[in-house]
Amino acid sequence: MGVSINWLKEYVDFTWSPEETAHRLTMAGIAIEGVEKNADDSILELDLTPNRGDCLGVINLAREIAALNGTDLHMPEIEMRENQADINDYIKVEIADPDLCPRYTARLIKNITVGPSPQWLQNKLLSCGINPINNIVDITNFVMVESNQPLHAFDYDLLGEANKIVVRRAQAGEKITTLDDVERELEEEMLLITDNGRPIAIAGTMGGQNTEISAKTVNVLLESACFKGTSILKTSKKLSLRSDSSIRFEKGSDINGLIYAVNRAAALMQELGEGEIVAGICDCYPQPKPLLQVVLRPERVNYLLGISLEPAQIKEYIARLKFKYDEEAGNLLVTIPSYRPDIEMEVDLIEEVARLHGYEHIPATLPTGVTTQGGLTLFQQFKDHLKQFIAGTCFEIVNYSFISPRYFDMLLLPAESRMRDTVRVANPLSDEQSVMRTLLLPGMLDTVSRNLARKNNNLAFFEMGTVFYAQGEGLPVEVQKLGAVVAGRLEMNWLKKDINMDFYYLKGVLENLLCSLGIDNLSWLEANDSYYHPGRAAVVMSNGKALGTLGEIHPVVRQSFDIKPRVCAFDLDVANLFALSRQRVMMEQIARYPAVERDLAIVVDQQVKASEAIEIIREQGKDLLQNTVIFDIYAGEQVPAGCKSMAFKMTFQSGDRTLTEAEVAARMDEIMAELKNKIKATLR
Amino acid sequence: MIERLNKIKSLAVAQIVEVNDFDSLNELKVRTLGRKGEITMLLRGLKDLNGQERIEAGRAANEIKDNLEKLIDAKTAELKARELEHKLKEERIDISLPGLPLPLGGKHPITMIADEIKNIFIGLGFSIAEGPEIESDYYNFEALNMPRNHPARDMQDTFYINEEMLLRTHTSPVQVRTMEKMAPQIPVKIIVPGKVYRKDDDATHSPMFNQVEGLLIDKNITFANLKGTLMLFAQRIFGEEVRVRYRPSFFPFTEPSAEMDISCVQCQGKGCRMCSHTGWLEILGAGMVNPRVLQYGGYDPEKVTGFAFGMGIERIAMLKYGINDLRLFFDNDKRFLKQF
Repeated sequence: MGVSINWLKEYVDFTWSPEETAHRLTMAGIAIEGVEKNADDSILELDLTPNRGDCLGVINLAREIAALNGTDLHMPEIEMRENQADINDYIKVEIADPDLCPRYTARLIKNITVGPSPQWLQNKLLSCGINPINNIVDITNFVMVESNQPLHAFDYDLLGEANKIVVRRAQAGEKITTLDDVERELEEEMLLITDNGRPIAIAGTMGGQNTEISAKTVNVLLESACFKGTSILKTSKKLSLRSDSSIRFEKGSDINGLIYAVNRAAALMQELGEGEIVAGICDCYPQPKPLLQVVLRPERVNYLLGISLEPAQIKEYIARLKFKYDEEAGNLLVTIPSYRPDIEMEVDLIEEVARLHGYEHIPATLPTGVTTQGGLTLFQQFKDHLKQFIAGTCFEIVNYSFISPRYFDMLLLPAESRMRDTVRVANPLSDEQSVMRTLLLPGMLDTVSRNLARKNNNLAFFEMGTVFYAQGEGLPVEVQKLGAVVAGRLEMNWLKKDINMDFYYLKGVLENLLCSLGIDNLSWLEANDSYYHPGRAAVVMSNGKALGTLGEIHPVVRQSFDIKPRVCAFDLDVANLFALSRQRVMMEQIARYPAVERDLAIVVDQQVKASEAIEIIREQGKDLLQNTVIFDIYAGEQVPAGCKSMAFKMTFQSGDRTLTEAEVAARMDEIMAELKNKIKATLR
Repeated sequence: MIERLNKIKSLAVAQIVEVNDFDSLNELKVRTLGRKGEITMLLRGLKDLNGQERIEAGRAANEIKDNLEKLIDAKTAELKARELEHKLKEERIDISLPGLPLPLGGKHPITMIADEIKNIFIGLGFSIAEGPEIESDYYNFEALNMPRNHPARDMQDTFYINEEMLLRTHTSPVQVRTMEKMAPQIPVKIIVPGKVYRKDDDATHSPMFNQVEGLLIDKNITFANLKGTLMLFAQRIFGEEVRVRYRPSFFPFTEPSAEMDISCVQCQGKGCRMCSHTGWLEILGAGMVNPRVLQYGGYDPEKVTGFAFGMGIERIAMLKYGINDLRLFFDNDKRFLKQF
């Protein structure tokens, strides 16, 4: 909202330039996001924090300026000439729901002349973006902007004969046509102003057409009331109807300020509409609220802010705010005016002192106190290591934690899959972001797909993040996952050493990662997750515990994600990795005796797995066998059909002696014998 | 005889100079100094000489032999050097060709900034605390002094799972969780990085983003300490020359509250488009922990005080790396990721 500087100057004397005014207010917590200059005025654009809704009123904003420059506030003088009648003979008010309407006041102005407002009034409204309508409506708007108290004017003669206003919650099915010519269906929690059983206004939000001020209006009933902010907010949200009035009520209005507002408006109607004010205010205030008193201890101000103000200085700041206080044993007992509902506790007053003193005048010091060690826990260090290590080969990506439920079908997950036990967002932005992910894969495949579409080929990504599984009542289970995905090959090169980033490439990345964590004793079992190629997927285990899976993505899944090249991925459980990782390193002695290498090539059936052969070699090689490497796999001309040859290089070494030719030969014979025996291997 | 020896010598010396390859040099060596070489053959005639002559001739022969051997060795070395030089010349490669394309990767800029922030505060003795991303209404709002229907809840459009559960809208719930765990021990010194969620999606808002939260509770913690700590942080992350300012603000969980601005990283405070010509950029919210929040966490606000602050990691990354579009962080384009 915009506030005119000239208007402000009617209530407070200040000579600051518009820019300086904006700066000073901003530095005091009343943020001004812009200054708009006209020929003879400047408009301050307010960007208020929710606790300072009061500054939507020009007088309240002027009060801030008065507090900042230590001057007085000039309140407008109200001159009313009330007639001899009694308001209570004209109107009665009943508040049926005082929880939503703690106070309701009304005045009656008779025999007014509806017409255009004078130019000065029109200009004031235009300065804050309100269109002039007629003198009566304009006056209610003017007083609202001035005092922050929304008012409403009814055509008194359009009320029913009982002349009784009832403030109550709506009944199911009730309807009202509001001033903007829209018929609105009301809900039971909405607060209404009713007359003779029919709604004549949605409280604090918008009036009804049935009692609207028109050119024919003669007698005006002025409403100045206090409605509960949260109720008004709910109603205006539900009806998608936010008005200048509802915006003010939402932020809390001044329960004592409504008398000023109703008088001010009545006086103006008398002056500008030649009206006659009926004596008295109809004031329905079932449970008057005493003003809050808060103790402010000067030493607490200094303790919390880290400054040393004299008590006199603190009193000066409180006085500048125009807050009344008594002194009690060196403390201030401050009476909080009802236009500042944001002040509830001593710290709130301390903030008032701090902002008037100026945050820039508080020193900047580092905390003293005991020294703390700080740092990362072992698990946090572990997670950083994981990221650091894999960032050597893959780029880190970050995907949204919510995904579309259609991904589960795209991943071919069976109906009973645990991955479908999702946590749903009740109010998602769209169906595409409506369930919390149970795996990282959809986001990773989307990333691959998007990059390929942009001709970014040869991709290697990793993501570390949380997945969520629904779990009865209580908070869902959150599991930390580490996933990686690769597609294409290492960048094209003139050396003709193109390396495809395929299953074995990613397995190499994974093996290196696990090696860096000291996780050994690995075994690889065939995996059957629906989204993997059934012949190219593995569960990786260490000491009998599953760490995660690795595989080539199923071609049908790839197709759903619009990915042409083969893609491989792995998926690891970070907590399991941590549990199995080596916590302490103990160096092993390096053998000083020479190593002996032996090659062995065997022919076996196509179906025999490399791991089976290696297992046998390890068992028979026993303590002397240090290492076994497969250096060739071949099937073709020189090998019988249905068979393949595998070639191994073995390294024998002893920690306490130089091995003899005979010793090694004996081991090799035992190995070959067992290979023959167990997997029907023949020497090639 | 000496004359003949000298003749052999001068001939050999001339030949050594001319020789250009190992084979010829070797042949020359054999021919001159070999077992059946010219000098050996000549020396067979020594026995025919008398005492003094024999001695002199023998000495001369030895001298000449030594001489020639040295010359031949020198020539051998020269030829070897020449051969090596030639070989190295032949092995010259095009050093402008690219190297073997080894795999390449890197951390996401969000991680890099989070790490940077964590390291600054670890240096100040802070630990890292973490908490769930799906939170209870209690920890996300109520215990942070935002009861149901509190207007401040409106500041943060929330994704709900149900009445009681939601996607955390900030990392602040971890403040209360940590306090509950630690109370009444002091000090509490934590940094909380993590993902947060708000129902907002446009050019400057993402429904998921990352925050870092900080909390320090101890005896005698003051607003001045908050200012000092955050100033140090700003200077570490944006450079020593950065200036900061604090404006009063409002957060339900802190009082007094402040917003910290830094001098614009692009124009150094002169005013430009990036800072809307104000010279300042808003980077974080902070304040003294609200006494009610201390109570929710199990601390007596009369005995301890604390400060808290929170910032968006993407915001810091955008300022630091000159990233102009929030959406790039979650788009994961390889051309973007490669740059960090």
